[in-house]
Amino acid sequence: MTAMIEIEKLTVVFGSGSLRVAAVDDFTMRVDRGESFGLVGESGSGKSTVLRAVCGLAPAAGGSIAVDGKPVPTPRDRAFYSTVQMVFQDPYGSLHPRQTVDQILSEPLSIHRLGDQDRRIAAALGDVGLGPSFRFRYPHQLSGGQRQRVAIARALILEPKVLLLDEPTSALDASVQAEILNLLERLRAEHGLTYVLVSHDLAVVTHLCGRLIVMRNGKAVEETDAPRLRAGETASPYTRELMQATRGFTRASQTTE
Amino acid sequence: MSAPLLEVDNLRVSFHLRTGTVEAVRGVSFALGRERLGIVGESGSGKSQTGRAILGLTPPPGEVRADRLTFDGIDLLKASKRQLRDLRGGRMTMVMQDPKYSLNPVMTIGAQMIEAYRAHVRAGKAEAREKTLDMLAAVKLRDPARVFSLYPHEVSGGMGQRAMIAMMLVTDPDLLIADEPTSALDVTVQQEVLRILDNLVAERGMGLIFISHDLRLVSSFCDRVLVMYGGKVMEELAAGDLDAARHPYTRGLMNCLPALEGSSHPLPVLERDPAWAQ
Repeated sequence: MTAMIEIEKLTVVFGSGSLRVAAVDDFTMRVDRGESFGLVGESGSGKSTVLRAVCGLAPAAGGSIAVDGKPVPTPRDRAFYSTVQMVFQDPYGSLHPRQTVDQILSEPLSIHRLGDQDRRIAAALGDVGLGPSFRFRYPHQLSGGQRQRVAIARALILEPKVLLLDEPTSALDASVQAEILNLLERLRAEHGLTYVLVSHDLAVVTHLCGRLIVMRNGKAVEETDAPRLRAGETASPYTRELMQATRGFTRASQTTE
Repeated sequence: MSAPLLEVDNLRVSFHLRTGTVEAVRGVSFALGRERLGIVGESGSGKSQTGRAILGLTPPPGEVRADRLTFDGIDLLKASKRQLRDLRGGRMTMVMQDPKYSLNPVMTIGAQMIEAYRAHVRAGKAEAREKTLDMLAAVKLRDPARVFSLYPHEVSGGMGQRAMIAMMLVTDPDLLIADEPTSALDVTVQQEVLRILDNLVAERGMGLIFISHDLRLVSSFCDRVLVMYGGKVMEELAAGDLDAARHPYTRGLMNCLPALEGSSHPLPVLERDPAWAQ
């Protein structure tokens, strides 16, 4: 038993009648313990919805989700959230604007009734490379990269085993993206974390993840891994299209490859 | 080669704030013909303020100075407000980053395009409508008549950005400034929008200034690239010579992007030397 997350035939439906949309349709995924797994696709492909369904933020209409060998309870209990934590895309939207970094980080500790808050907060800030001077600042006093570090610290402070990362760098500059990717890589090695990374950027996913699934319209298009992608072995034309888009703009006349 | 379309010499944009003066752009010079010029830099490098200053859109406490800022022989710093209004939206236009915020939410796309067109060209309603529909078709919207009568919130990001491009090109401008036109879009949609922009720019022989933080994208799209840091131009390069970039900042920007072909672990982090901005 080494599977950390097992999703079987997951279906997530929004709306009903003529407005019924299956955001995720018959989706199966298995992430091993300590693995870093990627989900790639365009907007509306359902990749974020898979993460939200795991967290209980989107209703599962069918299928099963198991974390650490146990089916997840609905609603999710505290034990679940001390195992699985999520980092959201937009650090401008995901931090409370009227709370200091200290308040943001102490809230999960209070909810989970963990003591020794002072030490834990200092350690979490240190982990993400922010000094103690950041502790009593408000989000508007931080840059985008620093905010994302705070969001990662908030997820890590409960010492989870799994981090669900929903486009953690797409709102950031290329140079700051590199810093956050390095941070995520270091944290995974240090804490033995399991990652599920959602991104529309194949280069980011192959940098951080071994295996990945390409999604489109709520369905898995292809399951592959980084070495195969690099060798150009793709089964579906859609994956090739995504790879091309990642390489930059090509004029129709000069499509060489 | 004729005189350049746009000449910028020693452009400076400063904001006088209570806490002191912030210089966003500090001495940028370039000349633009009918070509595609990319401006690349991180947030805060002054790339967007450069684009805005050219159009006279610097927000109020800001002050624009330059030794020379001319568009097709017209001195933009001495031009009257009226003259600027005629140029702006007519002969020089700007595509903004996010169609959600830059289109008028309470007007249909068609109505705002007609308004933009008739503000600059003497035309009857029927003629403006026809021109607008043609333009919507030119940006490859599948059903121009339908998009014409939709409100901005009823279209997707990619459709909105195409409508925005159509609106900015409907007056046949000579210069288009695109400020991160595809950053709010998906990778695949991004390609489509760029292709449309590329074709239209080539067909009409416009000058294009493409502002972005994505060096790889800019270099594959533009003819020439200016790399900015701290309000200054660090390096100017032909897009094909990017590999020969000498400035450590340009190289840093390039290397910090993970590549599909595999990249080093950890990624090289961009080193910023305050001396560059001196």
